[in-house]
This record gives sequence, C-alpha cells and structure tokens, in this order.
Amino acid sequence: MAAKQSQPVMNEESKTMSELIEMQNISLKAAEMVEEGRVHKSLYSDPEIFEEELDKVFNNTWVYVGHESEVPEAGCYKTAWIGRQPVILSRDRKMNLHVLQNRCRHRGATVCEGRKGKTKSFTCPYHGWGYGLDGALRALPKPEEYEGVFDKKDFPLESLRVETYQGLVFATYRDDIESLEEFLGGAKKWIDLFMKQGGGYPLKVLGEHRFNFPGNWKIQLENTTDAYHFPIIHKSFVTSLDDATADIFDFLHGDGFVEDLGNGHSVMVMIPELVDLEEDLDQPIPARFEKLAEELRAEGKPEDEVKKLVRAAHGTGFNLNLFPNVSCSMAFFRVLRPVSVGETEIQHVALGGEGAPAPFNRKRMRLHEHFQGPMGFGTPDDGEAWERVHKGSQAGQDGWILVNRGLNNLHESKDGNVAGAVCSETGMRGAYRQYKKMMAAGEEK
Amino acid sequence: MTVNTQVLNDVTAFIWHEADLLDHKGYQEWLQLWNNDGLYIVPAEFTADDNYEDTLNLALDDAGMRRMRVARLEDGESVSANSTGNTVRMISRVRVLEAGDDLVIARCAMTLNEMRHGKLVTYPADVEYQLQPSADGFRLARKVVRLMHADSFLRTVSFIF
Repeated sequence: MAAKQSQPVMNEESKTMSELIEMQNISLKAAEMVEEGRVHKSLYSDPEIFEEELDKVFNNTWVYVGHESEVPEAGCYKTAWIGRQPVILSRDRKMNLHVLQNRCRHRGATVCEGRKGKTKSFTCPYHGWGYGLDGALRALPKPEEYEGVFDKKDFPLESLRVETYQGLVFATYRDDIESLEEFLGGAKKWIDLFMKQGGGYPLKVLGEHRFNFPGNWKIQLENTTDAYHFPIIHKSFVTSLDDATADIFDFLHGDGFVEDLGNGHSVMVMIPELVDLEEDLDQPIPARFEKLAEELRAEGKPEDEVKKLVRAAHGTGFNLNLFPNVSCSMAFFRVLRPVSVGETEIQHVALGGEGAPAPFNRKRMRLHEHFQGPMGFGTPDDGEAWERVHKGSQAGQDGWILVNRGLNNLHESKDGNVAGAVCSETGMRGAYRQYKKMMAAGEEK
Repeated sequence: MTVNTQVLNDVTAFIWHEADLLDHKGYQEWLQLWNNDGLYIVPAEFTADDNYEDTLNLALDDAGMRRMRVARLEDGESVSANSTGNTVRMISRVRVLEAGDDLVIARCAMTLNEMRHGKLVTYPADVEYQLQPSADGFRLARKVVRLMHADSFLRTVSFIF
C-alpha cells in the first residue's frame, strides 16, 4: 500500500470520476475503512487487504486450532491452520499439548498430511527427517554430513505458543501478547455456560461438517452474531419443525440481546431460557424429546439425570462469537478459515458428552445434521446469502456495508458491557472495532 | 467369472430410473421408491464404517427426514433450493455385490454436475444400493452416497444426491 501512496499526485481535473474514486479508495488504509456503523465494501474483495489481514490479524492474536477431546491420548494429533499456514496440534507422551508448524526444517515439506490420528512421530517423506510429538528433531538419515554444520537440537519443528480454556485450544505466534484468559475476558463466563451442554459429562467433539463458500471470511464472522437474518433466510428450516420448536426459534420479539464482550468477542442470546442448562430442570420433557427420554430411562438413568440430559440435548440459547475464527454457536463450534479474499472454509463441529449415554450423543448428532453442515436444512440458505453478499458487494466502485442496526437503542448489560436488542448489529460492531485496532497497528501517527 | 446380466440389468434400470427422477426433481415419485424403514445416508467421511447412527453424517434420513427434505426443496421457501437448477448425474460401473431373494446389494460410480451461480460444480461419488425385490420391482432399503468431497470441503447442497 505504501508504494501506491507514493504515486505522483495528478491533476484531478484531468481524471475521470472512476479513476478518482479508485485513487481515493486505495489511499484509504483498511483500518480507515471501518467506521462505527459501517465498513467499506472493499474489505470483502481487496486482495491486498486480505494479505494484510493474514499478517496483522491472524499472525498477531490467539487463533482457535481445536478442542482437547480431538487429541485425547498421548500420540494423538490433528492438523489445523493459522490463516494460510498449516500447523499440527499434538499431544506428547507427558500429555502436553503442542502446536507445531507443519514444515520440515530441511526443505520445507509438510511432515503430516492426515486430518487426525495417532502416531509416534512425524517423519518428512522427502528425506526422512523424524520429529517427536513435541517437535524435537530426533533423527535423520546419514547424519555424518551434518557434523560440524548444525546441531539437531537447534532444528525442531517450530512451535507456537499454546494455551487452553475449558478444553478450547488456541495458539499464537506472539509471545508478548496477553494470556489467552485475558484475551477471552468477558467471554469466559459464556464459555463456562456453553460447556454445560455435555449434560454432566465433559464436552467432546463427535465429528465435523466441512464446506466452503466463494466469499470473504468476514461475511461468516458477521453471520454468527446476526439474529436478524434467521426468520427470513431460514424460513424453510422453521417450517420443518413442530410448532413448539418453531416457537422457540421465533425469538426476534423476545427478551434476547447482543452484548459486546470486548476484544472483538460478543454474545447473542436468542433464547434466554436456555442460557443456563443446569437451571429449570423441573420442566416437563418436551414432546420432541420424549423418545430420547424413554431411551435414557431404558438405560437405567434416574429421572433427574434424564431431565438434565434432555435439557442439555437442546444446546444453549446463545451464540458466542470469539474473534477472529471460532464461535460457540448454540450446540456446535463454527470454525472459519480464510483461504483467499474470495474463499472461506468452514467447519461445523458437532459436540456431545464424553462417556454420555449413546442415545444422548446420537440425538445431538441427528439435531446437528438437521440444520448444520452443507446438507443441513439451514446452512445451504446461509451459503446462498453469503455468496450473494460477496457477489453483490462488488457492484459499484464505492460503497459501504451497514452494521448500524440498533445503534440508537443500546443499554448497559449487567456485566457493564454495551448491549443491544437480539437483532441488533452490536456484535458485528464489536468484531470490527477489534479488526480496526489490529489493522491500524504499526500505523499510529 | 460369470455375471448374472439379468440381475445387473434390473438393478441398473432401477438406478437409472431413480437418477432420472432426482435430476428432474420428481421428488414425490422418488419418495414412493422407498421402504418405510429405509435410510438415505451421506457419510461425512469417504471411508466411514457402516455404524452410521453413532457417527456424524452429512445426511442420515429416515422416512420423516426424507419427507421434510423434499418439502424444503419443493415449497419455495428455501432461497438456495430456488436457485438450484437441474442437476445432471452420470452413473456407471454398476456391480451387483449380493443377489439374495430378499435383498440385492449393488455398488456404482456416480458423477453429479450442478451449475451453481454460473460455475460448474462436480461431485464424484461411490454409491451403494440395498434393494428389496417385490412384486412390482425393487424397493429402496438403503442408499449410501460416499462423496469424494466428504474428505475435503463441499459446497452447500440444495438437491438430493
């Protein structure tokens, strides 16, 4: 961008309008394209801004890489991404977690291509360099040619800083930023509430749906804190529900809210009565969960545990959006990955209880299949909308995306945060405020 | 080896008939092909084992879910279904794995093409059929669609594989 700014200033009268507008946009830095209540549409489509985001956002904050239950035992691994960079989440023999760059220190090949699994080591297929689960370079063929050249201990797989909260594993390239817990801040309370949907069992990843869409990652970031779209784009999903469940999803007129939790995080409470799944356990079993209750009783579960599991099976009534790449969304994790300025990969991670009764986990998976993933009754309609946002936002040479809904109807939450109505765009504004801060880094005047 | 071409022809004719119904959105007629306890399954992993109920799938439809899936595609409320044109699927490599009196199991290769917002999207898949012979032809007892994309990333889907 600096190179473009140094272009000679031309006589403005000699230029066409379109050239003028183009020059003006290019002269704006990404941080300046975010205002309170609107963001410039170039943020969805400018490849230079995308490259800048990978560096300034994804290389400079805590990025979600997985859940501890995905690497439950020593030797377990899963591959993940920090932006465009492949990494490995592994658990060593002492049960410590590591996030390693998936790049052999010799000539750069990936050392692990599986999505997840169990191994004793990571071996580069090209020349056979072997690394431990902690990334240490343990052995390589014909080492004598390296005598006096380098020491193996100086060439491990490079590792990132790793911290966890409630089983959520995050990594960062930055050793000098705040701890994960400080970064999560006001979101921790909501993560604690989210974890209750194991129904008394530790939360466990049951599987995942993977899909992509031709559009910018921030379109997805916005969506998880957007209740306004739900009854419109998801009308066909709501129609497929029984009346009682359809009533639950009719939340735009209820007491829900969106709260800005700071650091780009926000919570959108759609169904207030499903915030704490360990409360209101005396409620009767809803008709649609009667079959599950019967199966749990048949397994010998006492009635109080049946009620607890049935309530947990719903999932929570809120979406917790964690900047920049993960959301604890009602009953699942939504993980996004920016692939290019116009392509985003998304995982919808299904959750259940570790050691929970099989009928409970089955019901959780069936509910996930109903709405989530590329063949659910909800996601394809979201995907259609996002694709159209990406396409439509390229019309015109100048223009803004509005995120100002509810800007004049804010209040202070019990926790002292800015909050708006359930269908306000308070969460998007929180995310863009953090985005603006990160994109402005190094440009302070 | 010898191939029982009569069974192979019967099975292939059924699979082609089903494919034609789906490509031309004859969904109500498609629903009638099924047994009541039949399952339409799209696993989330290409190599998933067959314990589908205890695994997360892209779709695991019993009769109720099939009816709701068809309703969603037909009722005009789904914006993605409304913008999906016809699909064109090619089926080949049909092999009968078992030919019992009560159940015929067959496997085939399928490539489904979709024009999505002006771009061609292609889904290769390995498809398994479990068919129950009856007086008026086969009934669908199970259809398992193993998508090559399942191990990677799909686009969103508003049709039936």
